[in-house]
Amino acid sequence: MTVVDLDITKRTPASLQLPPTDQPGPRGIPNGTLARLADEFRLDIVEMITRAGSGHPGGSFSAVNIITTLLFDEMRHRPREPRWADRDRLVLSKGHAVPALYAPLARLGYFPREELWTLRKLGSRLQGHPANMLCPGIEASTGSLGQGLSVAQGMALAAKLDGKDGTPRYRVYCILGDGESQEGQVWETAMSAPRHKVTNLTVFVDCNQGQIDGLVKDVMDLEPFVDKWKSFNWNVLTIDGHDFDQIKRALAAARAETGKPTVVIARTHKGVGARIFEKDIVGWHGKSPSRQEADEAIRDILGRLS
Amino acid sequence: MTTTTAAKPAATREAFGTSLEEVGKEFSHVVVLDADLSKSTMSMKFGKSFPDRFFEMGIQEANMIGTAAGLALGGKVPFCCSFACFLTGRFDQIKMSVAYSGANVRLIGTHAGVGIGPDGYSQQGLEDLALMRSLPTMAVLQPADDVETAQMIRALVTHQGPAYVRLTRQKLPRVHDEKYRFELGKLDVLREHGTDALLLGTGGTVGFAVEAAEKLAKEGLRLTVGNVHSIKPLDVSTLTALARKCGRVITVEDHNVLGGMGGAVAEALSETHPVPVKRLGIQDVFGESGEPEDLYRLHKLDTEGIIESVRQFVKR
Repeated sequence: MTVVDLDITKRTPASLQLPPTDQPGPRGIPNGTLARLADEFRLDIVEMITRAGSGHPGGSFSAVNIITTLLFDEMRHRPREPRWADRDRLVLSKGHAVPALYAPLARLGYFPREELWTLRKLGSRLQGHPANMLCPGIEASTGSLGQGLSVAQGMALAAKLDGKDGTPRYRVYCILGDGESQEGQVWETAMSAPRHKVTNLTVFVDCNQGQIDGLVKDVMDLEPFVDKWKSFNWNVLTIDGHDFDQIKRALAAARAETGKPTVVIARTHKGVGARIFEKDIVGWHGKSPSRQEADEAIRDILGRLS
Repeated sequence: MTTTTAAKPAATREAFGTSLEEVGKEFSHVVVLDADLSKSTMSMKFGKSFPDRFFEMGIQEANMIGTAAGLALGGKVPFCCSFACFLTGRFDQIKMSVAYSGANVRLIGTHAGVGIGPDGYSQQGLEDLALMRSLPTMAVLQPADDVETAQMIRALVTHQGPAYVRLTRQKLPRVHDEKYRFELGKLDVLREHGTDALLLGTGGTVGFAVEAAEKLAKEGLRLTVGNVHSIKPLDVSTLTALARKCGRVITVEDHNVLGGMGGAVAEALSETHPVPVKRLGIQDVFGESGEPEDLYRLHKLDTEGIIESVRQFVKR
């Protein structure tokens, strides 16, 4: 049996030839590359949360494939110029999953990777929930659930006002949780975005099925969820939220849609990518692993990367 | 109510509607959102002139505030309008999406205080100042008349940071002439009859404070009268200097005395120059239906009420 070095902070990520990100996507990054990146981010997420001693591994893991595809393959942005006016925006409304955003932002060069280990520590730019005034690459402060979609809608409206010949200046993406969709404000925006023809807004709902008090279907069932969005007059797509091909196709469909905002119902498994988390989706919503548990998860992920 | 100039009394929300339309003409990045109250908040004037920059949000205050934050983060200067109570009732959205996101939103809360009258407590914003004061970076402003409102709205086009503006439904007498220049964060000294006490009003009570001071001057009780248009940032240095001169302070506001303008003044002076402070306002009770004049009388916010309270306080 080979000895595996579990200290992932010393691990050098595989090299990556990334085309310029300041052109509109898609950039044709192969699914295998995206999968490798997402797993490298999972390693970072486990390490960050373990060192912090608190955080939300389950919902970070379930969202990371979507976030990776958005930032590496789809969105137009400049890591060296975080406030570039023409950039596409990503609002992480389910703010507790922010480690899943910090890890790719660091990899892209928004801030040094070493800063990941300061998560939730005094003086860090990496707050427990997103804080846009502190951290480059974070577009809005979230963490009180239900609010990010309204903010994303406002950004998309600004892009429309600043557009040329009917083309909005940029596109806006928002990631909601399924549990978060119990918030009334989500449905206020669900009602207003088609009314205001916010067609440059694409929403992913990370339906990982778990929330703090139990399974979403037991705590406050959302079904029929797809029908709800359809009845609010959205372009509704349903995908396997782990599958990079399906994520990419949903993004292409959203780009092609000119009459309605798009919502992608992404069916996911909370904690996906580490068996220890997958086994107890409710339990791993909001607790940090012990060192031993973290090593178990890391071993699992490294097994796929080697 | 007396007027100090010949101009007709006007509700600050009316002046708001007019000046909003004016700045809309000059600044194409000014946008407006309203939640089914544009006829009352007077934002409809802007909406009619600039339909592409006016967003009717329906009865969705939380969504409106978040959307305004997004527009601000996209480089616009959104004026987000509703009744003071409904707007600041969505405190969490203001805290997270506006203040903590550094969004340059102008929250315009109209129909503030018991001055709204018969609609009763549910429509009377009586805690909005306390709520907004508690948010870092939030400017908390309340104009005393139409002249000041117009200048305040104009100043907010270029001001950096979020701001809350509290406006009235009732008409207010003009206390400023055309030469007046509004300066955010400065205490506006309106009358200097003398230094027997410092009388501070804000918004709907300023005209009554001026009138009360004039009547008291005839009795030989000489007050300095200030208009606290900037409740935050508060002009602590001018306030402290005046408190030092006058020795006692009376504040009068159409808001709960807890956490409002009087609270802000008392907090500041307790650290810089402690003097007795009498806070007139809503004495931590609920509002109720009634004519505005009757409610002002009940809560001792009108000229007679202020005179009576000042006499008792100064005699102590």
